[in-house]
Amino acid sequence: MYKILCREDLTPTAHLFEVEAPSIARKAQPGQFIILMVDEKGERIPLTIADWDRRQGSVSIVVSEVGRTTSKLSRLKKGDSVAHFVGPLGKPAEIDNFGNVACLAIGYGMATIVPIARALREAGNRVYSIISAPTKTDLFGIDRLSEVSDTLIVTTSDGSYGEQGWVIEPLRHRLDAGEPIKRAFVIGSVCMMKLVSAVTKEFGIKTVVSLNPVMVDGTGMCGACRVAVGGKTKFACVDGPEFDGHEVDWNLLMARRCTYPVRLEEVATAYRCQYCGQW
Amino acid sequence: MAKVDLNRVEMPKQEPHVRAKNFNEVALGYNAEQAKYEANRCIQCPKRSCVRGCPVNVDILDFIKAICEGNMPEAVRILKNKNSLPGICGRVCPQETQCEEVCSLGKKGAPIAIGRLERYVADWEQQQAGSARPIVDIAPASGKRAAVVGSGPAGLTCAADLAKMGHQVTIYEALHVAGGVLMYGIPEFRLPKVIVQSEVNYVKSLGVEITLDSVIGKMMSVDELLSNGYDAVFLGTGAGLPMFLHIPGENFTGIYSANEFLTRVNLMKAYLPEEYDTPLPMGRLVAVIGGGNVAMDAARCALRLGADRVYIVYRRSRVEMPARAEEVENAQEEGIIFKMLTNPLRFLGDGRGWVSAMECIEMELGEPDASGRRRPIPKPGSEFVMDVDTVVVALGTTPNPLVPSTTEGLATTSEGTVVVDKKTGQTSKPRVWAGGDVATGAATVISAMGAGKVAAASINEFLGGGTG
Repeated sequence: MYKILCREDLTPTAHLFEVEAPSIARKAQPGQFIILMVDEKGERIPLTIADWDRRQGSVSIVVSEVGRTTSKLSRLKKGDSVAHFVGPLGKPAEIDNFGNVACLAIGYGMATIVPIARALREAGNRVYSIISAPTKTDLFGIDRLSEVSDTLIVTTSDGSYGEQGWVIEPLRHRLDAGEPIKRAFVIGSVCMMKLVSAVTKEFGIKTVVSLNPVMVDGTGMCGACRVAVGGKTKFACVDGPEFDGHEVDWNLLMARRCTYPVRLEEVATAYRCQYCGQW
Repeated sequence: MAKVDLNRVEMPKQEPHVRAKNFNEVALGYNAEQAKYEANRCIQCPKRSCVRGCPVNVDILDFIKAICEGNMPEAVRILKNKNSLPGICGRVCPQETQCEEVCSLGKKGAPIAIGRLERYVADWEQQQAGSARPIVDIAPASGKRAAVVGSGPAGLTCAADLAKMGHQVTIYEALHVAGGVLMYGIPEFRLPKVIVQSEVNYVKSLGVEITLDSVIGKMMSVDELLSNGYDAVFLGTGAGLPMFLHIPGENFTGIYSANEFLTRVNLMKAYLPEEYDTPLPMGRLVAVIGGGNVAMDAARCALRLGADRVYIVYRRSRVEMPARAEEVENAQEEGIIFKMLTNPLRFLGDGRGWVSAMECIEMELGEPDASGRRRPIPKPGSEFVMDVDTVVVALGTTPNPLVPSTTEGLATTSEGTVVVDKKTGQTSKPRVWAGGDVATGAATVISAMGAGKVAAASINEFLGGGTG
């Protein structure tokens, strides 16, 4: 059993949990994920690591209520436990001093991009971050991200906070202005990552996306998470989860994420991509 | 001495039309009378060839004799002395190519049903109160520690033997339950999970500690195990990486690796949707590609999950199928349709990313290939399309690179298997042993157990232990 040390409600349907898992905290790197089971009869679901505290021996995750398991998880309080918590899985993000970098995130990505942005900044990069949400109440993690960014742009679709718009407009604006961005890191819905990658491709900027397909074991055993990248089949759990956004077969990924069409009905609208309906 | 009955006692089974609709065990096991009658067929020949035919050298004649004498505790003791997992082996070992193949009775009639008797002894013990208590001798504590990576048949056996030799053993398991392929791979109707867990508990009762949710190579490296107080490490990480066909359309939704399909069914219990959360979206027309035991298991699971039609699609003929004859027979009786000499060329989608059909080509057999089996050759112009809405690819598995790729100094072959000295299980890396599928590629439960045993003996010697 893995104890929940802290719960923070980021929005009415997005929650941050700090889970006691010292052996994972000791090894966690930016971009990696964990797999958890709420109880012995639950599903195994992958969640990107949002942060860790090696001294306290804890790992943080952000959960958006989108389906059965995440709803179950959302009912847990401080002091409760989850049955299983495994990791750190996947390859860490490639961190280097690239120069100027852009970090773009929506949804749970607003939290999970933080360790990546922090590591990039510590490596000497100038970090330019953009986050967006449909409306003010869907935003979270602004303080955390702003601490590790040189510039942070926040937009909302309805203009209730920051500039009105999405992540694409500020990015394009910056690029048009000749900002020498060398690399982009993108975490969000499939559709958002696809659209951002299309823009960065125009400008020839290498773009790293964090894919979150359906997984079961998370160790390369089942192949449920297979994605096509550069025409080759890869397993997101062991070859990823980060891939070159210009090489990903986005349509395939979208189709494979819809393995359970019924469940899409249960997805809270706030976490659906406003363009494609996926979360 | 009465004339020996040349026919073995049949084991009662669930009727095919009944069992095809449930996940309960197919073979029901002998009762006391049947077991005794079968045991009495054994002529206790001095050759003891069955013992040599067993990869873990169980004293088969002796436990059979104990059954004849009605001394069941003694039968259990003899069996468990060499084999810590008899309930599992009695069910899934291919006895027909091992101990039973060399049985003296086999020359004139049916060999002794050793597997069925082994199962009978194991099941008898399970039904006794306090069966988790070790009934074997455990050597005095050596003060040495060993780490075992993976809790499948190789790891459990190695750990149990090392514990019996007096060493302190910890097993690290990546999944949320112990048992490896015995839990995620082999279906409930062939190997009930309560049997597996009870044998896992027996291994624990010997003093073995099992740490779940621990992916070695990620959470901790092999070198960290070695520097954190373990004197030796055994790698029993199996062959967990699924092979695919690499043909167009293979990533359509509805196409599973056998590993994924079986893991959802067996480990995550997708066949009990009222109780368990993991779904298994499946259609009505299922094609399983492959001819091994895993293919049979997947096909029979699909049938039990309510598919209208389940095909086994195999590129050679029935004779070349690697599956056990008994499993092929079971599958046929239950209504699985065998499409032999058929090879898929590509998958077709329904326009929304789901598989809807499979284009295949007919094959014919040519000269024997490297495997000794006749090579399948496509028949030009014989292409045809089959409607399917679910496909399970059961072509085999290769070792998971997670541990080898994170362990410096561990030599592997081009197939990804860890190089070991077959006589000892030693790898190229000091203080590290390996055995089972990770060293051989996908093979049987019992050969993995044999390798676990060999490694345990070698580790024991290295640790300066006496005989266990």
